[in-house]
Amino acid sequence: MTLKVQLRRQLVSFKLSVDFECKPGITALFGRSGCGKTSLINQIAGLMKPDSGRIVVDEQVLYDSALAIDVATRKRRIGYVFQDARLFPHMSVESNLRYGEWLTTKSNRYVKMHTVVELLALGPLLTRRPANLSGGERQRVAIARALLCSPRILLMDEPLSALDGARKRDIIPYLERLRDEMQIPIVYVSHALEEVARLADTVVLLHDGQQQAVGAPENVLTRLDLRAHTGRYQASSLIPATVQSHRTEFAVSILQTAAGSLIAAQIDKPIGSKVRLRLRARDISIAKKPLENSSLRNQLRGVIVDISEEEGAFAEVLLQLPDKTVLLVRVARINLEMLDLHPGDTAFALIKTAALDRAAVL
Amino acid sequence: MWSTLCTLPIALFLSLALANRRYMGRNLLNAVVHLPLVLPPVVTGYALLIFFGRQGAIGAWLADSFGIVLAFKWTGAVLAASVMSLPLMVRPIVLSLEATDTRLNAAAATLGASRLLIFLTITLPLAAPGLLAATVLGFAKSLGEFGATVTFVANIPGETRTLPNAIYTQLQIPGAENAVLQLAVLSVVLSLVALLLAEWLGWRLNRRVHGQ
Repeated sequence: MTLKVQLRRQLVSFKLSVDFECKPGITALFGRSGCGKTSLINQIAGLMKPDSGRIVVDEQVLYDSALAIDVATRKRRIGYVFQDARLFPHMSVESNLRYGEWLTTKSNRYVKMHTVVELLALGPLLTRRPANLSGGERQRVAIARALLCSPRILLMDEPLSALDGARKRDIIPYLERLRDEMQIPIVYVSHALEEVARLADTVVLLHDGQQQAVGAPENVLTRLDLRAHTGRYQASSLIPATVQSHRTEFAVSILQTAAGSLIAAQIDKPIGSKVRLRLRARDISIAKKPLENSSLRNQLRGVIVDISEEEGAFAEVLLQLPDKTVLLVRVARINLEMLDLHPGDTAFALIKTAALDRAAVL
Repeated sequence: MWSTLCTLPIALFLSLALANRRYMGRNLLNAVVHLPLVLPPVVTGYALLIFFGRQGAIGAWLADSFGIVLAFKWTGAVLAASVMSLPLMVRPIVLSLEATDTRLNAAAATLGASRLLIFLTITLPLAAPGLLAATVLGFAKSLGEFGATVTFVANIPGETRTLPNAIYTQLQIPGAENAVLQLAVLSVVLSLVALLLAEWLGWRLNRRVHGQ
């Protein structure tokens, strides 16, 4: 299933204008609070009307200003997980779950009650009332309720933002299972880089309603020219990797990237699983030649594609790896000068294993 | 009793028209509904006589087409009590409808519910405590209604003699203090039972709606 969105709408202080496509997997709408993310998914759900544009799921047109098509929300078959859960307070958890299922034509149902209950571990909650649930439980019920109307698309509006750190970590594995087990496009609104980096297959970067970039998180989130929108303090890169082996006797894991293997603190993921490494720019050094006889064995070869022009002590170097992913490296400008490095030169990124701790492996 | 049962759907309908919306004529409708609350009951009774009397515009049509005569009949007493209790019933219903969380309506719509279904499954159950409050108020008002009733349908034994009418009649008879006292006690007991029942039902409803 594919969702195509192309629309314009005048909001209070800016104009929303987007054009993107979502395939099965998680597409993150990423941007600061108030950049129009929620308005955008409300328009996909049919809760708000665009000024002009077109929204299509597979071959079915849900909205088209030129053809004057505007399918009612209830007929769109788009699941919506609201930021504030919005469970029906006068119904039990089970009745909440049954509500959407009951309204879905039998021939359209492809999601089973027991599957969802198992996927989100809701068994013990079924007889409870929403008022007696914790924030995390409420969001899980809201996700299950949206899934049980057998949607073609799932919209999630910052489902984790109302939760504290520990609760977030509880829910994220469920979202990953959702992404891997449901073969539908999921549009995930967030302003938290961590979540997007960990969950998203594609990122749509929004700023004041304008679509700034679309692409894989490792490409979009590390682009120097987009730093104003992604946030400078986050300066880091995302590198896809595969778990190659574990060396339990040293408590490390060997991860394979397109540019070479890395040694990281041991992680509890099976061999062969795909992970993303979040590398902070200040944890990486740069060298002109590979180092020998050094404890620094994590060395990735790449080509310098860009060096930021800055006044302060540090500059940011963008190193492109063979698979086109880029590493952001923070280097003192004086060292760049001494090494005589310029865009186009080959260089080696040096990453301490200490920087590849559990928190860095997403 | 009849009055409350008949008035509840009307009050609900009017409340829907008055809740959450702003349109031309809304204020006028609001004023007309609330008029019996501030008008002297005798005036309301007189107005009913004019419109629903045997010779009145609506009354004559009702009598000719359906053979329904309201004036000086118990059905007329029901009508008088309904009109008088309407404003008291509309008010809590409007408040409870306006207090329901409209964000839940959007959630229900994304799950595939039509507007009617949203009203029946979400709005109405959540507004139930307000409906109950309206019912009790309406019932209490109907029990006590005197002025409009006596003006519209008089005080005919066995036909339109309501509890307050009976008390008034007995008060006119010298030496009937005992009967007056009995009727007054009956009226207190009826009201008290209604109020306690409502309190208990309201408590249970609230618990169910808010899921404690």
